[in-house]
Amino acid sequence: METSLKRPVLLASVVIALIALPLVADATGYTALTSLATRVLIYGIAAASLNFVLGYGGMVSFGHAAFFGIGGYVVGILYQHYTLGEPLLGFIPGTNQMLITLPAAIVISGLMAALIGALSLRTGGVQFIMITLAFAQMLFFLFVSLKTYGGDDGLIIRRANELPGLNMRDKQTVYYVCLAVAVLFFFMLWRLVNSRFGNVIVGLRQSERRIAAIGLPAYRYKLMAFVISGMGCGLAGALMANFLRFASPDMLHWTKSGELMVMVILGGVGTLFGPLIGAAVFIVLETLLASWTENWQLGLGLILLFVVLYTQGGVQALGARLFGRRA
Amino acid sequence: MSQPILNVRGLVKRFGGLLATDHVDITVNPGEIHALIGPNGAGKTTLISQLMGELKPNEGTVEIDGRSVDGLPTAKRVGLGLARTFQITCLLPDYTVRDNVAIAVQIRQGHSFRFWSAVRREKALAEEATHFLATVGLEGRADDLVANLSHGEQKQLELAVALATKPRLLLLDEPMAGLGHVESQQMIEILRELKSQVAMLLVEHDMEAVFALADRVSVLVYGRVIATGSVDEIRDNPEVRTAYLGEGDELC
Amino acid sequence: MTLFLEQLLNGVQFGVMLFLLAAGLTLIFGIMGVINLAHGSIYMIGAYAGTWVATETGSFWLGIPAALTAAAVAGVAIEFLVVRRLYQRDHLDQVLATFGLILIFNQTVTILFGRQPLFVSMPALLDGSVELLPGLFYPIYRLAIIVVGLLVAVGLYLLINKTRIGMLVRAGSTNREMVRALGVDIRLLYTLVFGLGALLAGLAGFMAGPILAVQVGMGEQILITTFVVVVIGGVGSIRGAFFASLVLGIVDTGLRAYLPGLLRQVMVGSEADALGAGISSMGIYLLMAIVLLIRPKGLFIRNS
Ligand SMILES: Nc1ncnc2c1ncn2[C@@H]1O[C@H](COP(=O)(O)OP(=O)(O)O)[C@@H](O)[C@H]1O
Ligand SMILES: [Mg+2]
Repeated sequence: METSLKRPVLLASVVIALIALPLVADATGYTALTSLATRVLIYGIAAASLNFVLGYGGMVSFGHAAFFGIGGYVVGILYQHYTLGEPLLGFIPGTNQMLITLPAAIVISGLMAALIGALSLRTGGVQFIMITLAFAQMLFFLFVSLKTYGGDDGLIIRRANELPGLNMRDKQTVYYVCLAVAVLFFFMLWRLVNSRFGNVIVGLRQSERRIAAIGLPAYRYKLMAFVISGMGCGLAGALMANFLRFASPDMLHWTKSGELMVMVILGGVGTLFGPLIGAAVFIVLETLLASWTENWQLGLGLILLFVVLYTQGGVQALGARLFGRRA
Repeated sequence: MSQPILNVRGLVKRFGGLLATDHVDITVNPGEIHALIGPNGAGKTTLISQLMGELKPNEGTVEIDGRSVDGLPTAKRVGLGLARTFQITCLLPDYTVRDNVAIAVQIRQGHSFRFWSAVRREKALAEEATHFLATVGLEGRADDLVANLSHGEQKQLELAVALATKPRLLLLDEPMAGLGHVESQQMIEILRELKSQVAMLLVEHDMEAVFALADRVSVLVYGRVIATGSVDEIRDNPEVRTAYLGEGDELC
Repeated sequence: MTLFLEQLLNGVQFGVMLFLLAAGLTLIFGIMGVINLAHGSIYMIGAYAGTWVATETGSFWLGIPAALTAAAVAGVAIEFLVVRRLYQRDHLDQVLATFGLILIFNQTVTILFGRQPLFVSMPALLDGSVELLPGLFYPIYRLAIIVVGLLVAVGLYLLINKTRIGMLVRAGSTNREMVRALGVDIRLLYTLVFGLGALLAGLAGFMAGPILAVQVGMGEQILITTFVVVVIGGVGSIRGAFFASLVLGIVDTGLRAYLPGLLRQVMVGSEADALGAGISSMGIYLLMAIVLLIRPKGLFIRNS
């Protein structure tokens, strides 16, 4: 839609900066920066996935941590069966190959999203929020009770999944893998939101009544959007499990769903890169506040309240207003 | 080929104690404009919503081309050739005028599970949308946001969107309401031109429009059809005059 | 048999607690169309304020007015300062703003009271058990909770069905525009409803004190269960909230009591306990899934 060259140039420079980031971090001694950036990328993928249903589709899901967590557990469980050498359910062999675990995480979280979405989308409005939250909580309890897979304590993954030809024990390599996945992910998301499918999803947000009146059976499209979104979160969860070498019920906790929503709103609802910016703002804010005071959640709550009540459109819009231009 | 395109029999809709549709029988024949008039709150919009499957009637049956559509969802009915406009306009506010029509074309084509290629680069979609905009005289505003349209233009866009589904029966809910005289005349002309292509159930308060366009007129009062006939018959019907026309000019 | 009856009473007691929260939540959803996550925080505030006063003064009874006052003040303050700005906003803004409130309240309570759970002992009057049936001893305190909950239910029933405010509330939960059209000061009505909901939540929080640990996060745990109640009962329906609360309370308690034992017949003890606990925790959500399949709008909302 944009005719100017500003956007592609900006994007290219951001990607170049992201490629250079670990080198700069090493050179300046801020090695923690690479880890921080990895987390931003992963949460950016998760938040952007959520944003597809929430911002583009107008479906306020409060349960997306479920898919994030499932993605993580797929990696963790496959790894455990790999190290123990006993197949899952007696016939599915474990694995530590990322080329298998990531697609598996995407498929499983997509299936779960299909199940939860099929039920939740039978209603809308506040019910939808409460139901998605409740189902996520249900899965949280499920994983807490699975003692085989660590229960409360979670699953430790001794080594990150392997990729042929790469040394995944190196944090920088993991960062670059995440960066590559993120670039691919955002490219696909960009195609998606501008496709025919994206067109009806954005239309449904604006007026479901209108879309029905021109002949679209809304339910199956919303469900498909929900599934795609769940798959994206599953992908992020699988990356996170690799990065932290750990999967735990915390990944499915309802506060995680809340945090993902916060990232979306911080960056700007219904924009392509907003959630990535939101994830960056959130994680930097969290890190800064936490280094400052033990009670950082108080600060976070106040900031969130301020953003919701007094800015419309997140930091992008806030910046635009402060600097008097559209971001 | 005298089978009506729309055949409604014994339709009843209750909202709690209120009988909004009271055993309504009505037909629309191919090529016909059947006007439905009646005071505010008579149940005209409610009737249209039931025909579209947006509201579920309590009793009665709706047939399209002799086939019952009871229980079919809205999307299926649109597939059978029904389309409506909304009295209170219902458009996609963040989209341009062209996008609003193009999405209807897209959905009619039935290829909305396409995830990759850019919809706004599809020339054929844009051209067909422009064609429908031209039909209602809005082609000059194709790139404007809906939010920037005047009320009259939004009414025209409502019509263009409905036409984009290529309906065989148009259900028009007060397409003239709120328009100025010139705009009304325009709308009458547009509808007259369309008459050869699509049958219409025209809900309208503007008597000038009704008398200019309608082949038959039905009068709805308190959910009941109290009279159906030609324009002249309705004009001269004493029951209609007292129940409706006689009430003076305060119709809206 | 006595064990079964005891569990049944436990279920009713849990259900009654859920109802105290669900009644306020469902009214707030129904009438104002607002989703208020901070409802659980009010429950926590009631628990902390009441428990603290009770411990400081040594009198359980003084805890009650303290809990009610703190909860009502918190509720009205939340409505006045935050929620009032959200009526016209979409659900997303409501969720996020009240999520922010949760963070603020949880952290503030942590700063004030620390991370250690508080405990309050039961008043002497309610300590001990009574023999309800031969061989069936049941704690008086839990009985008292059931009685209070049922009294509140009756009171709400009378309030809603027999008073003018109740008439407005009923009208408001089905047709907001109509109440506005009646020329009622809708803001005052909203504040009242919000305050009432807060009062009930605070009461529930304080009553939970002697049974459960009073700790940060207690609100969210029960809030999500309450959501399930509201969804099953139907948003805006007090009657639905009442029945769904009792059913959920009984189902949840029953599963927790009996499922591990059943599983132990087929698997190792510790694993059976863990799995049983897990499935029991999931039970009410599965129930919700079934209800959604049959009645997507909840059991007590007519589909039209
Ligand atoms: N969803 C609804 N719930 C309750 N009453 C309704 C609803 N929709 C319409 N009504 C009532 O039904 C009657 C008919 O309304 P409507 O069909 O809009 O009339 P018209 O379009 O002829 O002006 C009115 O009395 C209106 O208040
Ligand atoms: Mg009308």
